[in-house]
Formats: sequence, structure tokens, C-alpha cells
Amino acid sequence: MPRIVKLNNRRLFINPIFNVIALLILLFNPTANVLAREITVKPGTKTNTIQKAISMAQNGDVIKVAKSTYFIEELIIDKSVNLIGLDFPVLDGLNKGNLIIIRASHVTIKGFVIQNSGISNIKDKAGIRVEKGDSVNIIGNRIENTCFGIYLAKVNCGTIRDNTIHGINSVIQSGNGIHLWYSHHINIHNNKISGQRDGIYFEFATHCEISNNLSENNHRYGLHFMFSNNDNYTFNTFRNNGSGVAVMYTKHITMTNNTFEQNWGSSSYGLLLKDISRSVISNNTFSKNTSGIYMEGTSQVKAEHNNFLNNGLAIRMLADCEKDTFMLNNFIGNTFDFTTNGSENLNYLKGNYWDKYSGYDLNHDKKGDIPYRPVSLYSQIIEKLPSAVFLLRSFIAELLDKAERALPSLSYVNLYDNEPSIKIIRP
Amino acid sequence: MYKIIKYVLHDIFRNRILLAYVVLLSLSSFGLFMMNEDVSKGISSLLTVLLIVVPMVSILFTTIYFFNSYEFIELLVAQPLKRSNILLGVYSGVGLSLLAAFWVGIGLPIIIFDGTVVGWYFLLSGSLLTMIFVSLAFLASVLTRDKTRGIGISMLLWFYFTLIFDGILLMVLFAFSDYPLEKLTIFLSCLNPVDLARIMILLKMDISALMGYTGAVFNQFFGSSLGIVISISVMLIWVAVPIAIALRIFERKNL
Repeated sequence: MPRIVKLNNRRLFINPIFNVIALLILLFNPTANVLAREITVKPGTKTNTIQKAISMAQNGDVIKVAKSTYFIEELIIDKSVNLIGLDFPVLDGLNKGNLIIIRASHVTIKGFVIQNSGISNIKDKAGIRVEKGDSVNIIGNRIENTCFGIYLAKVNCGTIRDNTIHGINSVIQSGNGIHLWYSHHINIHNNKISGQRDGIYFEFATHCEISNNLSENNHRYGLHFMFSNNDNYTFNTFRNNGSGVAVMYTKHITMTNNTFEQNWGSSSYGLLLKDISRSVISNNTFSKNTSGIYMEGTSQVKAEHNNFLNNGLAIRMLADCEKDTFMLNNFIGNTFDFTTNGSENLNYLKGNYWDKYSGYDLNHDKKGDIPYRPVSLYSQIIEKLPSAVFLLRSFIAELLDKAERALPSLSYVNLYDNEPSIKIIRP
Repeated sequence: MYKIIKYVLHDIFRNRILLAYVVLLSLSSFGLFMMNEDVSKGISSLLTVLLIVVPMVSILFTTIYFFNSYEFIELLVAQPLKRSNILLGVYSGVGLSLLAAFWVGIGLPIIIFDGTVVGWYFLLSGSLLTMIFVSLAFLASVLTRDKTRGIGISMLLWFYFTLIFDGILLMVLFAFSDYPLEKLTIFLSCLNPVDLARIMILLKMDISALMGYTGAVFNQFFGSSLGIVISISVMLIWVAVPIAIALRIFERKNL
């Protein structure tokens, strides 16, 4: 210190001010854990409700909740606290309203059983509702019997991970499992959702990562999103949902390594695409869906390395789709590989494997020498004459398709795979 | 009459063609069930066998058997027996043996592998189809005295029911495509037992989800107990009417 004084006299004067500022920053910075307190909520102690603990807490505190059942209604978290359940304490909403409402940033909720929210057709009542908070983490909770599971509105950055959400199993009154509205940069990972209306619902949610989730047995869609650009969906499974998965009015999405299966019913889809553009669908498996992919108004969608197995219709592409590419996909055991409703089709097929292809490969380049027409003559007849579906699986329907192979001019749809693969494509 | 049935059964069970039929059916059904891990897919593939092979073998085998045992029938007619009893006796004998073949060849594998509602519908429709085509074969046989012509008529009938009828139906549907045709197709399907059997089985299978609005209309009709009763009655009429006509012709026929 004397050395500094010797070097510069003014330094001595400024130094205390710096120190005070540094101390102030330390005291009021919510992220500084150095001063974070720990409050334990336990029945029989002074802090026997979570509400009391929150009113006592300051930003950055950790509230640990001991195992018990706590009856809460509209618990508002307006401070940046970490709410951590020890051994899954139960938060019961007594079927009244929302359970937890978060109105602060940097909030973590971890390790709770959250059950029995109110049910309303007018208000969206949720297990955990986040309003305008940033950096919210919801980790490892079991949410049961709530109208909406996790509801995010206007949230920037957040993680929803390892939660199990099981809804009220009512067709009319249940809400969505994970509901995002106007939220960005949310990471949704390894959640299990069932018995809801839509498993995961996105509206105006952008730059999100959705991975390794399982969404099954929901009443409407396993995944449903609209106006949610630049999202990535990877390694999710959507199984046996009322109508499969629907994605609408969106661009720049990536869906890879997902499984869409057993979405079977007269108006059910593996994946319904409506007005989707500049997106990638790759390495997914579509098995046993009524329609594997149903496409309406899509453009520049790239579908590669997908497996279409045992679907009713592997792909139904309406004539308003353009510049979509299907390359290196496997089509195995589908009743119809491809159907469309117009004669002109401005999309591109190349190098797919079709199990119905009966061509040959004389030069052994593993590509069929004659083009494959995926739109069968019988499916074209059904298109013109829906009641002809009456002849499904009849001898004449099979004969019509055979006749078309012998006389390609019978077919009016101009859609070919010019280089069909002879062997099943393995990635 | 029972003696005739007994004799016919005894005669047919020694017949190698029937054995070959049983082997063909069981090979295809066991093969399809074992090849497909999914049982419903096996049933779906067996449907083609049911709708094409079973009617064809039933009608051809019966016609050929009838003409091969023509001398035996003539001999019986010379005895103090009612002609209707003779024909019904032979009919029951052939019908029972073909039914037995169907149940051993397809029934057994289905009961072993499937055993669901679809399977039972499958077996019911298959049995009815067998009897219908045996009836039609008797009608074809009594219409003519010539074996070749008899077989020709049988082949034509089979061809008509499996293919030509559906072709005509498709043209009719096209011609009247401006009208709502779903109810009409229910009626039209009653005019062809093969279509009726196909629809009855299809509606019980997963694949019916592909049938859209038409399927919904069909389901409404064929799904109700009244619809099931009606469709089975229609099938029974298809068994009864050809053999009744054949009986009338046979009674008055100058052999």
C-alpha cells in the first residue's frame, strides 16, 4: 500500500469508493450465491408453509421443502429463489386454481409432486405457471391431475427437464402438458407427458430445443405447434395420440430422430404439416399411423433417411406443396406409399427404397433402371371417386395396380422416383 | 339321404385333391402367420386367399366332383329315392367336406395365432363363402350335361363374383359419381357375397380407418347388430337360392 501511495497519490482517494461499489454489487446481485441463505420449510417449525418461506426469502435464496403434503392455492413466487423439494413433497391445489405462479426471473423448481389444479374452460389453470420470468428451471417434478401441466407465457431462456406430467384424462376439459406462449430459448428435455389435450403445445415459441421427450395417449396431439420458428425436435417419441402430431405455419424447424407411431384412427396423422417451409425432417421413424405424413401447403421441406413402416398412407401430399424433397427414405409395408390430389406435382423424389418397386437393376449400380411411380392407380381412382374405397383389398384393386405397371400411360400423376434404391437404405 | 352323405364323405376323404387343398390352405396360413410378426398383417394377407382361392377351389372342386360322380347319381335316380334327397345328399356331403377342409386349413391356424373378433368374422365369412360357391357349383352343374361346359360356367361364375362384378360396380360408381353413393354401395355389396364378406372382415380390421367417409357409413350399418344380422342373412340367402334353383331344375331334368 505505501508503494502505491508513493507512485500515485490520487489512488488512495479513489480506492475506498471502488470497495464500496464492489460490496454493493455483491449484496444486490441476485446471482451471487456467496450470500444466499437456505430456508427449510417443514411442518411444525416456524416456516411451516412455503408462502412464509418466500415472504422471508431474498433474491438468490434456496428454499428446501421437507417431505409432507402442502395445500397451496395460487402460490406466487415473485423473487429469484430456488424451490427444492426433498424426497418429493406433495403440493396439492385442492382443485381450485393455479398451483404455482412464477413472476420472477432465475427461479428453479425441483423435485415436487404437484397435483390437483382447478379445472376451468375459461381460465387456463396450471400446475406451474410462469409469467414473464426469464431463466426459469423446472426440473424433475411429477405433475398429476392438473388442467395444464407447465404453462410458460413470455419467458426467455429456461429448462424444463425430467418432469412427468399426467393429465386429468378428460377429453373436453384437459389442457396441455407443456404449454409455451411467446417464449424463446427454452430447453425441453426428457419429459413424459400423457393424458393431456396436447402433450406439448407451442405458440410463438422460437429457438427452442425439444429432445428425448415421450408424449403418448394424449387426447388431441402429441405435439402441436404454430408460428414457432427455428425450433429443433430430436429423439422424441409421439405415440398413440388422438390425432398424432400437428405442426403449422412455421419455418426453419428441424425434426430428427423422432418416432411417430401408432397414431391410428380415421382422422389421425403421424405428422401433419400445414404451411411449413424450409424445414428438415430426417432420420425419423413413422410406423403404424393412418397417415405417416400429411402435407398441406409446404415448401422446401427436406425429408431424408426416414423410415415409413406399416402405415395406411405413408405420405399424403396435397397439390399445393412445392419444392419438397424426399431422398433416401425407406417405404416398407404401407398400404399406400404416396397419395396426392392433383396431376401436377412440383416436388422431388430421389433414391428412396420402395418395397412395392418391381423394377430391375441391370448395371448393378443399386439403383432401379426404371422409375418408380409411388402414386398407385387405385389411389388415383379413390381420389376422384371416394366411394371406390369400397373396393379396398379386392382383386380388382390389385389388378388395377398391376395394369398400371404394364401400361404406365394409365396413370395421370406425374410423380416419379427416377433412381429408386434396390436395397433398404441404412443410415 | 344320410347314407348318401356318408358315402360322399367317405368318397371325398379318400380324394387326393381335397388333401392337396387342405395342405395348400394350411401352408399359406401358417406361412403368412409365421412370416409376419404382426398377427393382423397375417390375417390381412390371408384375406386374399379367402377371397380368391377359397371360392375358386370350392366351385371348381364341386363341379368336377359332380360330373365325376354323374354315373353314381344316375344310379341313385334309378332307385326309389326322391331326387331332391339325392341332390341335397350329395350337396351336403361335398359342402361338409369342403367346410372341414377350410376349418382345418385356415380355421385352426387362425384360432391358434389370432383368436380375436376379426378371426371369428374371418372364419364365419369363409364358411359361408364355401357353402355359397358349392351352391353355385351345383347350379352350374345341373344347367348342362356336358362336363366341359359345366366347368366353364363355374369358372365364369367365379370370375364374375371376384372380378367382373367389381369392375361393373366401379363403372357404375364413376357414372353416378355426382350422387351420394355410400348407401347404394351397401345395397350393391349385397349383390356379391365376396364383396360382402370382404367388407365385413375389413371393417373389423385396422385398415378400415383408411376408408374415410365411406367407411364411416359402412361402419354405421355393418357395425350395428341389425347390420350383422342382415348381412349374414343375405349370405345365407346366397347359399339357399342357387341350390333351390338347382333342385328345381334337377327334379325336372331329363337325365
